[in-house]
Amino acid sequence: MSKNNLKLPAVEIRELRTNSITGYDGNAKDLVEKAHSTGLKDIERGFQQCAGCSITKAACMTVLIQDAAVIEHGPIGCSTCLHDYNFTYMVNGKLRGVGAPTQRKIFSTNLQEKDTVYGGTRKLEKTIHDVYERTHPNAIFVLSTCASAIIGDDIESVCDAAEDELGIPIVSIVCEGFRTRVWTTGFDAAYHGIARKLIEKSDKRDETKINVINFWGGDRFTDWFAPFGCKPNYITPFSTVNTLKHSGDAAATVLACSTLGSYLANVLETEFGVPEIETAPPYGIAQTDRWFRALGKVLHKEDIAEKVIAEKKEKYIPKIEELREKLKGLKAYVTGGAAHGHALLSVLGELGIEAVGASIFHHDAVFDSKRIENDQLKERVDDFGDVKHYRVCSKQEYELANALGKLKPDILLSRHGGMTLWGAKYGIPSLLVGDEHLSMGYEGILDYGERILDTIENDEFVKNLQKHAINPYTKWWLMQNPDYFFEK
Amino acid sequence: MAKFEGYIEQPRFSCAIGALQSVVAIPKAVPILHSGPGCGDMVAGFFERSKGYAGGDTSPCTNFTERDVVFGGAEKLRKIIKNSYKVLESDLQVVMTGCTGGIVGDDIESVVQEFQNEGKPIVAVDTPGFKCNNYVSHSNVVKAIIDQYVELHEDDNPARSEANTVNLFASLPYQDPFWKGNLREYKRLLEGLGLKVHVLWGPESGGVSEWREIPRANFNILVSPWYGKPIVDHLKIKYGQDYTWFHSIPIGGNETEKFLRQVLDFAVEKKAGIDKKKAEQFIKKEIDAYYEEIDNLATFLLEFRYGLPNHAHIFSDAGYVVGISKFLLHETGVVPKEVYAIDNTPEKYQQDILADLASTSDKKVIPLRFEPDAGKAQNEVRQLSHKGRGIILGSGWDKNLAREKGYDFLSIAVPSPVRLVMTTNYVGFSGGLRLIEDIYFTALQNYS
Repeated sequence: MSKNNLKLPAVEIRELRTNSITGYDGNAKDLVEKAHSTGLKDIERGFQQCAGCSITKAACMTVLIQDAAVIEHGPIGCSTCLHDYNFTYMVNGKLRGVGAPTQRKIFSTNLQEKDTVYGGTRKLEKTIHDVYERTHPNAIFVLSTCASAIIGDDIESVCDAAEDELGIPIVSIVCEGFRTRVWTTGFDAAYHGIARKLIEKSDKRDETKINVINFWGGDRFTDWFAPFGCKPNYITPFSTVNTLKHSGDAAATVLACSTLGSYLANVLETEFGVPEIETAPPYGIAQTDRWFRALGKVLHKEDIAEKVIAEKKEKYIPKIEELREKLKGLKAYVTGGAAHGHALLSVLGELGIEAVGASIFHHDAVFDSKRIENDQLKERVDDFGDVKHYRVCSKQEYELANALGKLKPDILLSRHGGMTLWGAKYGIPSLLVGDEHLSMGYEGILDYGERILDTIENDEFVKNLQKHAINPYTKWWLMQNPDYFFEK
Repeated sequence: MAKFEGYIEQPRFSCAIGALQSVVAIPKAVPILHSGPGCGDMVAGFFERSKGYAGGDTSPCTNFTERDVVFGGAEKLRKIIKNSYKVLESDLQVVMTGCTGGIVGDDIESVVQEFQNEGKPIVAVDTPGFKCNNYVSHSNVVKAIIDQYVELHEDDNPARSEANTVNLFASLPYQDPFWKGNLREYKRLLEGLGLKVHVLWGPESGGVSEWREIPRANFNILVSPWYGKPIVDHLKIKYGQDYTWFHSIPIGGNETEKFLRQVLDFAVEKKAGIDKKKAEQFIKKEIDAYYEEIDNLATFLLEFRYGLPNHAHIFSDAGYVVGISKFLLHETGVVPKEVYAIDNTPEKYQQDILADLASTSDKKVIPLRFEPDAGKAQNEVRQLSHKGRGIILGSGWDKNLAREKGYDFLSIAVPSPVRLVMTTNYVGFSGGLRLIEDIYFTALQNYS
């Protein structure tokens, strides 16, 4: 059942592991039904724009580990946008108790043409040694690139040899871009390396520790776990090599986003005996109820879960109801990565806003746990009904520009950079919330709903921008169906 | 120092395909990537606000998969180019290869030629990341556009047919964060001398039609320590256009005046039909306006009693490092201490650059190191200690260093998530004044 073979250097790609696809045009209900019955079949595109790469996903899960260094093994271009994670670390470190955030240690082996002929492994060896001397990290991660993969550099062997010499984990991560069309495989690649080389097996359970696989948002979990007598062990941003090492003895694992954490949560459960919570992340009231109950169940503290649910609902439901009144009749469109996009659709359902459509980057038919109750889109459809214009778009801007232009919602909700602009160009108030924890839980519905209200009320900017918007797309294209270039 | 090919901490330039920004900066031009799925994202994420008309997520891309690596991606490229014409409005298409396309050896030239044969304004250029960096690749992109597109329109644009027109090759779009403003200011200044100027990139250019007119120019102007030189060399052979070369970035009164006089003398020599008297009047007016401000400023610089930066470290390309060093020393009194050219300056230009910097002062030696491994350069500065308050001018990375050292900081180079630049210029008289404003704004901000 489980496909997480930690003996192999590379993680299996999502196309094979989780039957993930990058193109779909239909409705959410149909997609969910197919995913759990016949399985999904991907499409090809006759026209494509720049998509995304596993390396940035692998990088964010390693660069943000407090005491690690990261080497990109390839030409210099493949590490150039990682500087952004240095900024993330400086800014969000404060939300996570990193008192004095230190400069991130990001290197490129800077492969040259002759290295593609003679191989780059000797250069990598030298780089690893020098990086160790220069930065004294507690672990070094080596990320592969298209160039180093095609020339066939044996990164794993170089890392193993260096590890023996230097005495710290040197972790090879197979994340070259061409390997998969589902770039979230990059998260899995990083976690695969971390699980193979860092996490230790333990016979004992620390009943007060709960793994939280997440990005770099604000800390909601400390307060939520307190009534259960537990604390979050955040994986991996702002963790240390040592805390990661000991994530194998936690009482349970929860996820901020199933797209992000599916693989590692399952590895922690099957290889290290840490149970994954048996439900999707807590977005929307119904799902937050289920989530606290599942948490109670895994911790054997069902009574506390009921108490927390009751208290929080008493506090927040009246306010949510007030907000619903104000948001009545609105239509929204959602774009973003998979599970978090689904989460936003649930939050919308809870706020009484009609989700007229969504452009979601990819779709995992099943998660690694194979539990159907972890499917956030299914929960959304069951709790609030279908999403009629549901698309899987692989971040293809031309498809979004087309689909969004036709639906003209009252607001565009976005989770990833680059797409929000298209709402604004059409004069649609557009909201990007980077912190995925903001919309989580009962309080999150309120926080997110208020942001929606704010955004809709302050539409002067987008209305003005619309008047002067530059649109590179042809009139012909904008009149076609968004799936015009799909090839079955 | 041998050619630098070592590892690099804190990348501050991109690889060959990073020069796709030199396409994005041409109004209504579109780069088409024959590359892995992440190249466009990486480049867009390195430069700030770099999408332009059809860069970033808008650029067509073959998004190489494992199957394309094995079986080749030429057919896929053909289809994507064909459909690009249906989906996107554009005046020029530049097909660029990434490492994947480069290593598997797809023959993109023949694919592109099929479209050229149909009369499409399309160009192919080889830009796999391992081949060179974006400073070098920029010239290859420009040469490809000239040889595969501009050349086709030579009949309408005879070589050197306009005596008083020049082509300017200066700021690298996006790699120079002030490129847009700088090109605007160069144009204004050169027009002040009486020249007609092709700036070729950005809103001040005439877009693709201006590119077609490149051959008409009488001569070319190169402002650069080294990058871009292959372009003017190429044009000299191709169209017999001579060039005048100013080696560092002219910032402030002294260097801008020197730059303008150099161009003016060259234009007169090339019989560009310049009214020299009017040109001299223009220069004088600009200088007077500049020194009126410096005069007003001097009291502040000399009398501010709570402390201002008295020395600086600079991390940027060789052109900026020399240009800012000269400016700081002579026009603000801030002494440049150790400065770092991080642009992987080719060895053959290094002596000239050092000599240019040495000419700054006969009293002081400004230590300049050529160090593409910026993390190493930072570590050197960590070990240094100079008396007084310091300022670091560099990329976003150096803000951390400045904080560690308790120095002031000004972001002047990529990558920089800590500063928003739109049309600011540092070139010229006005650029010097703006740089002064920025330096003392950041310094004064530290007072309550």
